[in-house]
Amino acid sequence: MDKKLEPIVQVLQEKFSVTVEEFRGEVHVFVKPEQIVDVLTLMRDEHEFELLSALTATDYWPQNSPRFHVIYQMSSLAKNVTVQIRVPVNEDQPKVPTATRVYDMANWREREVADMFGIEFEGHPDPRRILMPPDWKGHPLRKDYPLGYEEPQFTFNLEEIDLRKPYAKE
Amino acid sequence: MPQIEEVNVDQFRHLVSERALTGETMLLNMGPQHPSTHGVLRVLLELDGETVINAIPDIGYLHTGIEKNMEAKTYLKAEVMTDRLDYMNPIGNNLAYSMAVEKLVDLDVPPRAQAIRVILTELQRIASHLVWLGAFGLDLAAMSVFLYCFREREIILDIFELCSGQRMMTTFVRPGGLWRDVPVEFEAAVRDFLKIFPKRVDEYEALMTKNPILMDRLVGIGILDGSTALSHGVTGPMLRASGVNWDLRKARPYMGYEQYDFNVPVRTEGDTFARYIVHIEEFRESMKIVEQALNKLPMGPVRSDNRKFVPPPRSEIGVSMEALIHHFKLWTEGFPAPKASVYSAVESPRGELGVYLEGDGGPKPHRVHMRTPSFDNLSVLDKITKGHLVADLVAILASIDIVLGDIDR
Repeated sequence: MDKKLEPIVQVLQEKFSVTVEEFRGEVHVFVKPEQIVDVLTLMRDEHEFELLSALTATDYWPQNSPRFHVIYQMSSLAKNVTVQIRVPVNEDQPKVPTATRVYDMANWREREVADMFGIEFEGHPDPRRILMPPDWKGHPLRKDYPLGYEEPQFTFNLEEIDLRKPYAKE
Repeated sequence: MPQIEEVNVDQFRHLVSERALTGETMLLNMGPQHPSTHGVLRVLLELDGETVINAIPDIGYLHTGIEKNMEAKTYLKAEVMTDRLDYMNPIGNNLAYSMAVEKLVDLDVPPRAQAIRVILTELQRIASHLVWLGAFGLDLAAMSVFLYCFREREIILDIFELCSGQRMMTTFVRPGGLWRDVPVEFEAAVRDFLKIFPKRVDEYEALMTKNPILMDRLVGIGILDGSTALSHGVTGPMLRASGVNWDLRKARPYMGYEQYDFNVPVRTEGDTFARYIVHIEEFRESMKIVEQALNKLPMGPVRSDNRKFVPPPRSEIGVSMEALIHHFKLWTEGFPAPKASVYSAVESPRGELGVYLEGDGGPKPHRVHMRTPSFDNLSVLDKITKGHLVADLVAILASIDIVLGDIDR
């Protein structure tokens, strides 16, 4: 672990009793959903993590507790260190408090995660879908969502497939 | 057949001002087929006369599910998708993805491959900035700059064709090194480019930098301050134009960037003109890097000889049974990667291009997330266009340097 990161992780461990993992020099801090806003605020205000580089999620289906990890990749420009905060989320209650009040960047990225994984960010100011159309069903990046394909139409079944093929018809 | 819902202003109640609901201000769609939106971006504008009150970007028109598709491919095959993300910067995307794979499976990259990667990504940065400058000029009605920029970009694309056989979408940078070594003509071609390009940059500057019409349209327009930029996750030239000296090539050097001497252009104004100047300065800095890398280009192999992850060279397959087996296994089954995750980031022409890559012990990635810079850079649009005219919005949008493939993925 980076020397500059050790005291920061220690503070997190004392205050929020987080667990810490390390892989190839990257530090992953596991935080409970209800703590995330406090953790991000603490990191930004007291440890100079000005930049939230990435906000994404990952799905561990069929495992259901936790099913998702919401990932906050944070960078400090002043100290030149990075740390990853991970929030495990269960399948029955995929909810995380929004981080938009801490970082403006979270606004669009949380919409993306909500769109792609169906994780609800409580208190989000603009909870619309961002990449998929507003009337889309399902959340594409979930592991139980099929990759999908388009049925090829030939002369003999053109009309039959046309009936159930979703596209804008007159 | 899905129900087509009618859009009304109620859905945007939380985004527009009260005056829009009474019809006092006008809601107007700009795009998705507007020429100055650089692709398929729709911006819902709330206008009071010609003044922008709110600008609400609507993205996703180019969403192709690249992250989902990559989960269904092996690590080597998924790389092809990365070219299509930010189509102005395919080599940079390849590099970002390859570096993530290398970190995940702990692969080494030979010094020659590192130097060639640096040369190619810097050339790609120049090409990307050229398209940016051309389109920027075009949006501000400076047509000729566009033609000149594409003339120079063509030389760079010819160099890529020389190396990889492709002008764009090269997939030339591979995990563990490069696809193959560059041909003997490469050095002369790059040196020719370096010889003519400085004069051409001066030419663009003569056309644009001190042009009073242009200055009128750029200076003081779309001011973004450093702390707002950071909070919005804005990176790259846009952040540096707002007075924050942050460049991943300097801060966390990769591919041997620490051995090259170059400056990071920073401006403090944060307006559209500052963004323009930073881009122009980056042409010169990139040229410096290319020249230095070319001068001390080491000899040697261009891919790792760790055969468990990197396919053997073609010449070996005919004479070595093991090489044939490795080749076959790597292209059919792929290699397993540990059940862990890494995040690795590079400085793309637009900012921090990060790749979150997670393996599940098998030959296919469990999750690939591309932290694409344009996405976060665009999110600040609403804040910096408030109170400006529609024509200024065009200038601001052009200065952000968005690539819709990069945003929508």
